[in-house]
Amino acid sequence: MNDKTKGNRFMDYLRRERMPTIFCAGCGNGIVINTFFNAMEMAELNLDNITMVSGIGCSSRIPGYIKCDSLHTTHGRPIAFATGVKLANPEMDVVVFSGDGDAAAIGGNHLIHGARRNINLTVICINNSIYGMTGGQISPTSPKGSFGSTAPYGALETPFDLAELVSAAGATYVARWTTAHPLQLSNAIKKGLQNKGFSFIEVVSQCPTYFGRKNKMRSPVDMMKWMKEQSIVKRKADKMTEEELEGKLIVGDFADRSRPEFSESLCELVNQKCQEGSPEAIKSAYKIKL
Amino acid sequence: MIKMDEDLCKGCNICTEFCPRKVYEQSKELDKKGVHLPVPVNEEKCKKCNLCALMCPDQAITVEGNEE
Ligand code: SF4
Ligand code: SF4
Ligand code: SF4
Repeated sequence: MNDKTKGNRFMDYLRRERMPTIFCAGCGNGIVINTFFNAMEMAELNLDNITMVSGIGCSSRIPGYIKCDSLHTTHGRPIAFATGVKLANPEMDVVVFSGDGDAAAIGGNHLIHGARRNINLTVICINNSIYGMTGGQISPTSPKGSFGSTAPYGALETPFDLAELVSAAGATYVARWTTAHPLQLSNAIKKGLQNKGFSFIEVVSQCPTYFGRKNKMRSPVDMMKWMKEQSIVKRKADKMTEEELEGKLIVGDFADRSRPEFSESLCELVNQKCQEGSPEAIKSAYKIKL
Repeated sequence: MIKMDEDLCKGCNICTEFCPRKVYEQSKELDKKGVHLPVPVNEEKCKKCNLCALMCPDQAITVEGNEE
């Protein structure tokens, strides 16, 4: 795979002139970049046919380093923009990079409705359990009792279980892994890219700068070891009680099923109406007498 | 052959910790950026599994040759 002139395995896909990245040392975002490329190669997709869409946050800066078409959009809205891209050109492979704050707080509604529609997008949500870019505020996925700059006495709230949430909302492929599982994560992203429908891959990731520092896990290595130790695969977890699962991270596939995909259904409808000569549904709105 | 791009490495130590063959060791000295660079001191043990290159968040590692 590597010849002498090539250098790093993934460098050809990256905008070398912009590197090193802005991410802190040991931030999980860089690992997600690698696993994405690994998955893209396994799924035999071409970067030229991929459009990346992101919102706001540290992880949303990822597309800016990658040699493909990309949109860096407004906070929480990447799925809405990505829906537009997909419907304008259903042939495109549309990938969303988002964080827990972006996807689950301000963008929570777009997330569940994207899943409900089952539109063919691959959403990679890098969940570091905190707002990194803005200084360590508690996010909707911060574990109960964890510390942040807005929770000096520990978070009181119960966090969202994103994989369960998006699965319940109707996504056809949902998985959760951590940055300490790069091979399983690559495989899940591959499945997400191949799935014709809404795919959601939650990556539990480390933000050593804020989450780590505020929660007494100073190094990225400490955080990754912790994630690995807390992880338990879904198959096993399904047989355990709630008490046994307290504080555990459930990883694996949460949904893998099929149902009609939105952009395809829409194209079919448009085709059918155009063949009939009169797009009745559109006209009728004008015909109605008020 | 393992090559390390010193301009890209941020010294996070993920490679040192997660290489299954313990090929890397953190250098004692700081480099010009103030980073303890990893050094592949046990390179002869490397199985070329490429896990370090997959996990390095800063794309600093190149492992040449195929898996043995
Ligand atoms: S603040 Fe946290 S999430 Fe943001 S780049 Fe630094 S480590 Fe990564
Ligand atoms: S290729 Fe594998 S064995 Fe060799 S240094 Fe990297 S992680 Fe270690
Ligand atoms: S994982 Fe990469 S950035 Fe981190 S110490 Fe190793 S070579 Fe440097």
